[in-house]
Amino acid sequence: MPSLEVILMQDVPVLAAGVLASLACAVVGVFLVLRRMSLMGDAISHAVLPGIVVGFLLAGTMQSLPIFLGAAAVGVLTALFTQLIHRAARIEPGAAMGVVFTILFAVGVIMLDWTAGGRAHLDADCVLYGQMEHVLWITPPDSLAALFTWQTWSTFPRQIVSLAVVLLLNLAVVALLFKELRLSAFDPGMASAQGINPHLMHYLLMTLTAITVVAAFEAVGSILVVAMLIVPPLAAHLLTNRLVTMMLVAMLFALLASVSGYGAAVWIDTNAAGMIGVALGALLLVVGLLVPGGWVRKPRARVEQAVVSAAT
Amino acid sequence: MTRQSFNSTLGPEHSAASPLSVHDVTVAYRRAPVLWDIDYDAPPNGLIGMVGPNGAGKSTLLKAVLGLVPMTSGRIEVFGQPIAQQRARIAYVPQRESVDWDFPVTALDVVAMGRYRKIGWFRRVSRAHREAARACLDQVGMADFADRQIGQLSGGQQQRVFLARALAQEADLYLMDEPFAGVDAATERTIIDILRRLQREGKTCLVVHHDLHTVGEYFDHLLLLNVRIVAAGPTEEVLTEENLRKTYGGRLTLLDRAGAALEQKGGLTTAAAESARM
Repeated sequence: MPSLEVILMQDVPVLAAGVLASLACAVVGVFLVLRRMSLMGDAISHAVLPGIVVGFLLAGTMQSLPIFLGAAAVGVLTALFTQLIHRAARIEPGAAMGVVFTILFAVGVIMLDWTAGGRAHLDADCVLYGQMEHVLWITPPDSLAALFTWQTWSTFPRQIVSLAVVLLLNLAVVALLFKELRLSAFDPGMASAQGINPHLMHYLLMTLTAITVVAAFEAVGSILVVAMLIVPPLAAHLLTNRLVTMMLVAMLFALLASVSGYGAAVWIDTNAAGMIGVALGALLLVVGLLVPGGWVRKPRARVEQAVVSAAT
Repeated sequence: MTRQSFNSTLGPEHSAASPLSVHDVTVAYRRAPVLWDIDYDAPPNGLIGMVGPNGAGKSTLLKAVLGLVPMTSGRIEVFGQPIAQQRARIAYVPQRESVDWDFPVTALDVVAMGRYRKIGWFRRVSRAHREAARACLDQVGMADFADRQIGQLSGGQQQRVFLARALAQEADLYLMDEPFAGVDAATERTIIDILRRLQREGKTCLVVHHDLHTVGEYFDHLLLLNVRIVAAGPTEEVLTEENLRKTYGGRLTLLDRAGAALEQKGGLTTAAAESARM
């Protein structure tokens, strides 16, 4: 059994980062999945790389704010370019997205190589796989009194703070603009006809996605972050027909998968981010197979019932 | 479409009080015109059917009125003002296929969407608006299905939910894109009852319709469209064989010929023949 100090130094921060990242991702992921833009998260998580590098260069450190702004800007640009190429060149959205994010990622890789090659803070591996185990609280409180000292909090992991801020931001935006986001996702034409600009909502969602991805990827990597965006909402959609419930269930699943994934990683001593990804996959599989009305439902049974009751 | 006519003010043929004035509107996708030089005034309090073959630009005209498609030229006014200032007075029933019916919303949620403009940004749907939405569901005979997820409804029921949503908007001009498409007889009756009631209440309805058998019975005005306006006016004047031939013109003969050729080969189903005739 490890000491309390080790738990506070390592387990608590890593677990907190995983939980917060997966919760923040689930909130925006619900709308991405419902808009059938699941892979926009993937696209943005790669495309933000040049934004991160520029932010890193401007700030000189891995400080959060400039990197966030750079990444958010490129995230919105990704959505904008995708839309432009889709419209102007009449290329299907999936292909347009593929063109934009790979090229932006490539630009980012080259910028990274030129500029930050010598600096250990930022490299391609870290971007792809994340460094979850590096979320450490170097000087955790060793007594109750230590909880109130600057020394203790000065080393509190920055990633956890930014993830918490992003989670709150996502929740606040979704709570404030819930009906606008819902209508824009469900029926953009109707939204537009009512004076709610669905493009505005689209770019708002893209901005949130970019910020979320940037906050999460440092801890969990740009690949696992896609799983966190997509899997909990997908599993939740299998269970419910209400949007609010879907969001809550998705967050519950995110929590479940990150906690059990981290637990399993500690138990068999392996990569925590990878194990959380496996837990997410297992969760979707179980929900899909076991839930009535999931993947193994009797096709159309409910619709027929509805038709019969309508006829009477 | 000339620059001159684009700049022209309201001509004598346009009355400012018209619920819908379309001035020389042209819409093109990739240079190919979908709507060509449309000039139309909807009669106040009219129950207007819009008829034309596939690709005639019927849906595009409705979307242009709503500001959903960019116009190459021309302008549209609703009750004498640009649409941006009249959004609250326009209700829209889109084609059923235009939305994702697996979306996690209930019938009541969808109807409440018609109240969003009244509710305003950032606010939640209050109980009063929810009750107003429920009343609209009741008007289309769907009160018992309020809590049903929309994908679990039949096609006709889904159409009624859309109609209820338009009612919830409490508009003065109703634009409906094929509300009768693929619905059961009971729903068709409900829709036509609602349309007549709206007319009694002084509203104007512009309805895309595809069934030539019922068009004369349902609508008091018609707009025959095939990229250009073929004819527009009171049903008894406009609904002539010659006008229909002009509207469905080249297409009809071409498809008839194709249909006849296929029929000889015995490969054409009745349904396909029916749709070819449309």
